[in-house]
Amino acid sequence: CARAPMYDFQEELVIRPLHSGDIYASFQFRTVWDADFMGDQKVSHYRLFPKSLGQVITKFSVRELHISFTQGYWRTMQWGQPYLPSPPGAELWVWFQDTVTDVDGTWKELTNVLSGIFCASLNFIDSTNTVQPSASFKPLGIGNVTDHSFLRYATLPREIVCTENLTPWKKLLPCGSKAGLSVLLKSEKLFHSTFHSQAVHVRPVCQDPQCRTTSMELRQTLNVVFDLHTSGQGKREWSLFKMFSRTLTEACPLASSSKVYVDVTDNPQVRPFELSPATPLLTQAVVLGDRRTYSVYDLTQQASFGSSRSLNMLLRWKAADGEMLRPLLHSERYVAGYGLQAGEIHTLIYNHHPYRAFPVLLLSAVPWYLRLYIHTLTVSSKGKDNRPSYIHYQPSKDRERPHLLEMLLQLPPNSVTEVTVEFERALLKWTEYTPDPNHGFYVGSSVISALVPSVVAMDTNSTLDRPLFSSFFPCKEEASYFMRVYTEPLLVNLPTPDFSMPYNVICLTCTVVAVGYGSLYNLLTRTFQVDEPSPGLAKRIANVIRRFRGVPLL
Amino acid sequence: MAAPLALLLIVAVTIRAALFRTSLANLISERVEVVSPLNAWKRVVEGLALLDLDISPYSGDVFHETPMVIYLFHFLMDYAEITFMLADCLTAVALYLAVKDYNKQVFRKQKFALEADRIPMDCLELIRSPTEMYYIPLKVAMFYLLNPFTIVSCVAKCTCGLNNAVIALFILSTMRGSALLSAIFLALATYQSIYPLTLCVPALLYLLQRLYIPVNVRRSSFWFYTLQYLFMFLGSLLVLICLSFFLLGSWDFLPAVYGFILSVPDLTPNIGLFWYFFAEMFDHFRLFFLCVFQINVFFYTLPLSIKLKEHPVFLIFMQIALIAIFKSYPTVGDLSLYMAFLPVWNHLYRFLRNIFLVSCVLLACSALFPVLWHLWIYAGSANSNFYYAITLLFSVAQILLVSDYFYAFLRREHHLTNGLYLKKKDGSEATLVLK
Repeated sequence: CARAPMYDFQEELVIRPLHSGDIYASFQFRTVWDADFMGDQKVSHYRLFPKSLGQVITKFSVRELHISFTQGYWRTMQWGQPYLPSPPGAELWVWFQDTVTDVDGTWKELTNVLSGIFCASLNFIDSTNTVQPSASFKPLGIGNVTDHSFLRYATLPREIVCTENLTPWKKLLPCGSKAGLSVLLKSEKLFHSTFHSQAVHVRPVCQDPQCRTTSMELRQTLNVVFDLHTSGQGKREWSLFKMFSRTLTEACPLASSSKVYVDVTDNPQVRPFELSPATPLLTQAVVLGDRRTYSVYDLTQQASFGSSRSLNMLLRWKAADGEMLRPLLHSERYVAGYGLQAGEIHTLIYNHHPYRAFPVLLLSAVPWYLRLYIHTLTVSSKGKDNRPSYIHYQPSKDRERPHLLEMLLQLPPNSVTEVTVEFERALLKWTEYTPDPNHGFYVGSSVISALVPSVVAMDTNSTLDRPLFSSFFPCKEEASYFMRVYTEPLLVNLPTPDFSMPYNVICLTCTVVAVGYGSLYNLLTRTFQVDEPSPGLAKRIANVIRRFRGVPLL
Repeated sequence: MAAPLALLLIVAVTIRAALFRTSLANLISERVEVVSPLNAWKRVVEGLALLDLDISPYSGDVFHETPMVIYLFHFLMDYAEITFMLADCLTAVALYLAVKDYNKQVFRKQKFALEADRIPMDCLELIRSPTEMYYIPLKVAMFYLLNPFTIVSCVAKCTCGLNNAVIALFILSTMRGSALLSAIFLALATYQSIYPLTLCVPALLYLLQRLYIPVNVRRSSFWFYTLQYLFMFLGSLLVLICLSFFLLGSWDFLPAVYGFILSVPDLTPNIGLFWYFFAEMFDHFRLFFLCVFQINVFFYTLPLSIKLKEHPVFLIFMQIALIAIFKSYPTVGDLSLYMAFLPVWNHLYRFLRNIFLVSCVLLACSALFPVLWHLWIYAGSANSNFYYAITLLFSVAQILLVSDYFYAFLRREHHLTNGLYLKKKDGSEATLVLK
């Protein structure tokens, strides 16, 4: 008989105080389910894995699904790197299995179903904002797929995230919002923040070390940054209650592990903040190229909750923070130019590594109504021309697909690389404008994917005692890490026609055509004649009578 | 007459070369009145850059030129400025020679008519003399080369200069009586933009007239010649399209070039009537009005050719003018071609009724176009209606110009058969009206 599929659910919260006084909380809920979706067995018994997602995955033959809803923009230079980057608005990218015959039709159905599941307007995803990246979005799960025709990527930068999106997201959790870490997810505090991002990631992972069978992993993540001044009332003192207006009382009973990590990495001499209640557990992990130390609260242990049966950790600052590690890869994007006819998109990519150059993949999807001119593409680093070694450009088709530009750029160390491209703004039909046309049109964030060499973990002159035969080549753990950086979305104004004028325009233009027609018709169908003045009224009546009488006319 | 023509060419080339060197060249090549999505130089460069990246230029929606243009500029990319100046000079020289031939023919016909006593006695002042016709070819070349519209079109490197050159060569070969060359150049002009197809009829009428074949549907010689000409024309067109297929190996260019011209998907503002009309059109009626507007360009051919079958050169002028007014993406370069013909009809001056109004409106509109564009796009203080209004006025002025010349032409013909000083039945001076 078949083995009953095994489940595993883990939940985790990481609290990281940021250098600017804000605090960053990152929730991750991970369900691993031993069912093999790619196999023949029909999956119908759902326990911890949400049924709605499971049905979506089986029906649309999805190999990997990544969807995120973000409100706000991640400020890399002030906050460092996020654990899971996401662009403002909604982002959805999906790898389909190779059994799918009509990928575009399946994509359309999938977006509509997901828009129902998450109460988001994902149905606005259509061929005009979907692209097929050729290099940037490799699968994050197992599988060595090379055929990018099964990948689809779309962003909706205009999408707003609110409670209506959080509620169905919480419903997917095994414990709902009743127990465990998810009791903290209350919308009135979560949306009173500078940055809020919730995401769902589904991917196949290996079940055993030999990877003979696969499991499906579902990760639900929620990243939120609370601002020092709006949420913190200016006082640099954070607690769970202050952030979420709740405290933790128990772990989720269905979870095999439920932990809270607080980032306490700092200058070992002076600890800037004090963490209470104290905890003996400490972990070290190399995250984003940096070795960080975390205090761990294990919620499955009753001792964590203390005598009051609730856990409310408090971080109180006494001294100023040390220097923040400068993020190695950072980017900005803006529109240059004036007027509504043309413009330029400038993307700046900063490499702050002191001595290492590394390549990055830049993906830009620009809507069709900003007509890019690829012959004006210039890439320059430190004032000199820097040719990309790989360019994949797919020009747009009006009202059908957007521009797709993917480039592999080599960033010199400690430099700024500027990518410039000119565009022309199109005049759309009056029905194609949104109801607020003067707000502008959004251009989705560019994606920069890179394997960044880490600064801290890279130490060629190690003093740790290791045998010489193993330490010749600089090979520390996590010598480079994968990073994705999203730029700002752009807001571009397009020239608008006058929306009150359809009837008038039709009348006036047809009048001009009629003037042309009328003059030519006159000249073509009439001939010149001498103008004989018509006789007066009396004479005309007399002529009529004379005609009756048969007498010659006057 | 070679020396004044050479001098004129030198002056024209100097002006253009001087303007190419200034910063005005970049400014002018961005102006929507001068370039359109069909013939902008920026798009030609973009198409060639896409080809360099191993992407078909027709896979996107930026490049709408024919493959022959790709082929031409693949080799002449570095000499683009010289190419466009040469095209302008070629057009001027072709028009000069064509009008010279035409004048000879006009004078000969007039001589026959005088000898045959077909002209009434009081029309002697309408008779044209060789002295007055002597400078007309030079004036035609001058009107073309020194027209500000032509100069800006050349400085912007708009490919409509090349189209004008092909049409001018077509007119020259028609005047010279060479049916094969005429068919080939007409096929080339039609291949570039569909609208010169309507010039087939006046060319045919002229060639038939030259060979003294009467235009009578019952005569076999008429059909024989017509079929010959059409066969040459269609054959050359087919050869050109097949050559284009072999250049890039696909039929992608057909929807990208001809589909684009006919279905008008790009609503970039220009001096024509289509853009705002289709920007504000209800989707339900879009196809209907598209067909109406496109048929509007073509359907004047038959009535005009029936009315003007004795005067095919005037018919060519009328057709070129109507194409320039009603085509889907007009630019000022298209206007300059028919305006070059105006000195040929300067004997009609006494019968023109609206010429002052028309010239004032045209001058005012040409000045207002850049102003209202700036106010809409850059200053943000006007909106699209202002620019649209000037477009309408410009089109109305052109229509008035064309119909005025048509009126004057017909009236002169009427006078030449019926006498200049007409009297009413009671002996007093008569007025002529159209009834």
